[in-house]
Amino acid sequence: MKFTQTLTAVATAGAMALLMSSAASAVTLNMMNGSEPGSIDPHQASGDWENRIIGDYIEGLMTEDANAEAIPGQAESYTVSDDGLVYTFTLRDGIQWSDGTPVTAGDFVFAFQRLFNPATASDYAYLQFPILNGSEIAEGTVTDFNELGVKAIDDKTLEITLEGPTPFFLQALTHYTAYPVPKHVIDEVGDDWTKVENIVSNGPYTPTEWVPGSYIKSVKSETYWDAANVQIDEVNYFVQDDLAAALSRYRAGEYDILTDIPSDQAEWIKTNLPGQDYFAPFLGVYYYVINQEKPPFDNADVRKALSMTINRDVIGPDVLGTGEVPAYGWVPPGTANYEGVEPYQPEWIGLSYEERVAEAKTIMEGLGYTAETPLAVQLKYNTNDNHQRIAVAISSMWEQIGVKTELFNSETAVHYDSLRAGDFEIGRAGWLLDYSDPSNTLDLLRQGIEQEGTTNWGNNYGRYSNDEFEALMDQATTEQDLAARAKMLGDAEKIAMDETGAMPIYWYIAQNVVSPKVTGFVSNASDIHRTRWLSKSE
Amino acid sequence: MFGYVTRRVLSAIPIALIAVTACFFILRLAPGGPFDGERALPPVTLANLRAHYNLDLPLIQQYFIYVGRLLQGDFGPSMVYNDFTVAEMLWIGLPFTLMLGFSAFIIGTIVGLVAGAFSAVNQNKWPDYVLVMLVMVGLVIPNFLMAAVLQLVFGVYLDWFPAGGWQAGSIPHLVLPITVLVLPHAGRTARLMRGSMIEVLGTNYVRTARSKGLGQRLILARHAIKPALLPVVSYLGPGLSYLLTGSLVVEQVFALPGIGKYFISAALNRDYGLVLGTTILYMFIILAVNLIVDVIYAWLDPKVRYH
Repeated sequence: MKFTQTLTAVATAGAMALLMSSAASAVTLNMMNGSEPGSIDPHQASGDWENRIIGDYIEGLMTEDANAEAIPGQAESYTVSDDGLVYTFTLRDGIQWSDGTPVTAGDFVFAFQRLFNPATASDYAYLQFPILNGSEIAEGTVTDFNELGVKAIDDKTLEITLEGPTPFFLQALTHYTAYPVPKHVIDEVGDDWTKVENIVSNGPYTPTEWVPGSYIKSVKSETYWDAANVQIDEVNYFVQDDLAAALSRYRAGEYDILTDIPSDQAEWIKTNLPGQDYFAPFLGVYYYVINQEKPPFDNADVRKALSMTINRDVIGPDVLGTGEVPAYGWVPPGTANYEGVEPYQPEWIGLSYEERVAEAKTIMEGLGYTAETPLAVQLKYNTNDNHQRIAVAISSMWEQIGVKTELFNSETAVHYDSLRAGDFEIGRAGWLLDYSDPSNTLDLLRQGIEQEGTTNWGNNYGRYSNDEFEALMDQATTEQDLAARAKMLGDAEKIAMDETGAMPIYWYIAQNVVSPKVTGFVSNASDIHRTRWLSKSE
Repeated sequence: MFGYVTRRVLSAIPIALIAVTACFFILRLAPGGPFDGERALPPVTLANLRAHYNLDLPLIQQYFIYVGRLLQGDFGPSMVYNDFTVAEMLWIGLPFTLMLGFSAFIIGTIVGLVAGAFSAVNQNKWPDYVLVMLVMVGLVIPNFLMAAVLQLVFGVYLDWFPAGGWQAGSIPHLVLPITVLVLPHAGRTARLMRGSMIEVLGTNYVRTARSKGLGQRLILARHAIKPALLPVVSYLGPGLSYLLTGSLVVEQVFALPGIGKYFISAALNRDYGLVLGTTILYMFIILAVNLIVDVIYAWLDPKVRYH
């Protein structure tokens, strides 16, 4: 029964596809979107490949412009109270779901309640924890959802109350965790609402077809408030894990946009596809964590010596070939709410590489580590060609200062399990910012939280801990003056980096390849490119 | 015969139970879990997720819940792909994987048999050399490399076929993936067929047939092909299982909607439900293929039935 249903569905889809392709006027964007989406429910998603689909079909109060800056989306305007705690949004006139049902403030209230509901078990709910009682509801300490700081004043007015002033809150609202969901559909079909037969959208596109393992197709929604300015009629988000094959398919004209490339082909792409490579820094840091609970890594000098000896200038251009920018600080360049803070530079930045190695060598010799009596270090990374190349390069750099590195690789789940358990000496990690604000990376170095007798270190795998740093971070969370806050965060960054709380290696680079037929694609620090801003000529 | 088949089907039940049990517990022994991604989840979220998937219960209780559901045909949820249940994912992908595997099997078997027989008849002449060489190429080039080469040559440079992807009902999309699957299967079949055919052609009864003046064509049709097929048939069972379960590289490279790729990715993601589902499904496919092969054998050779 199921079998025949599936076959019928496949056959119908095929017939539909043929019909659609004969309607030659439709402009179709074919996007290589990476992995199979785990979910296109904004409360269940967790990856950028899901974000590309979700952000095209649902729009939040705020949305991204072509530069990924926050601009009003479903909200037409907003006001913020003087204490920075209460945001009042006025929704646009006439906004509706693609089935014609109006989008109301109630949809947003319902969505935020669903996001924090423990039964939803949303991975990324914590991004909206600035909202009053959000974390308490997720923890189950507050069970009355009406206590949540999200209220519908009327159908068109939404009021959000925060725990404390949060300068990046508007930016956080562009994240999919803050998107509305269609209450009227979910009331009827529950979690099945993302099935293409049930799904409705309030964004520029509506998903109409989902072949797991192959693609999701979305078509332009005529009910979207700005539909008149949406140029592309259909988007295919293709599942493609094999990157070499992705490049072949791009060259064969089957894709208009590649969202990732095989990194050993970066040079080839730059040379042979001129003007199509959109390789640009975006908000993310690739780093090594040092387990500061294990001697001798509790000694800041050892950490400094290790960090100094990493020749970051060769990692991006030579080891990887993609041209990643060397990272010495902890907050990626271009991060918002960080105006006026000089990019962090270690005091040894002025030295030549040889001088750095000489100084590091002196430090290590002082502690008794030489080529004859080396410090044995285990370096863990998750299995991946690029991580391996970098690990090999860095271990040979460390050899110069009397450090003997043993490389240990494991699959992702095992790797992060051991990082979290503190079962490592030095480990590879990476962080892509959820929203553009310095606190989003600096939080990675915050002290663990005591819970039921154990310390939960969260993402602070290296267990870096410094009271001064903590105090500054605490102060910054309540500081409303953006410039003063930026200064506090800048000072905190300096403290953590002067102590080498972790070893940043490079700032990530977005590796998009875009066909000359596509216009409107702008490289930006968040690497978010909504289809709404693109157009394509045949 | 009916008794034999019944016995075989019944003996599959304990095998299935052992496989499910072993797979369930071995999977839990592996370090890491489905929620150990690049980011540490807040303890609250982690606790909510674990409760959602019953992972907070004692392992043995989880096992009985799983088996209980399984007996009702429920494979449970996927812990990574939230929008589909494991059963839905498998039902959507299975027809495609079966179609791909059977197409490659039929084409590869025919090509292999014809090439092998032709090669044997022309033993040590140039068509034989050419075919033997082609067979070696098909066998030694790993499928991921073959796939990449075919994509470049026929997808990018010549632009004859799509370099990947899938559209329902589109045969051009299947040409390259099926070719990649066909080559090693046809190669192995051809080698077996050639060897056994050469042996048969050297037997006394073929020489007798020749000496009494039968033409080459008649000798092949009436005396050589059937006995030469026997060793090939014994390979076809495992060959088919291999094609049905070994499509993961092809599915990955050509971005096809089958179930092969879940086999690896689910294990890496610690997506317990999907790993078990895929394993159970593959187990049944292999058990079924083996059963069919054994039944054919029993039919060919009555001795088998009584062992």
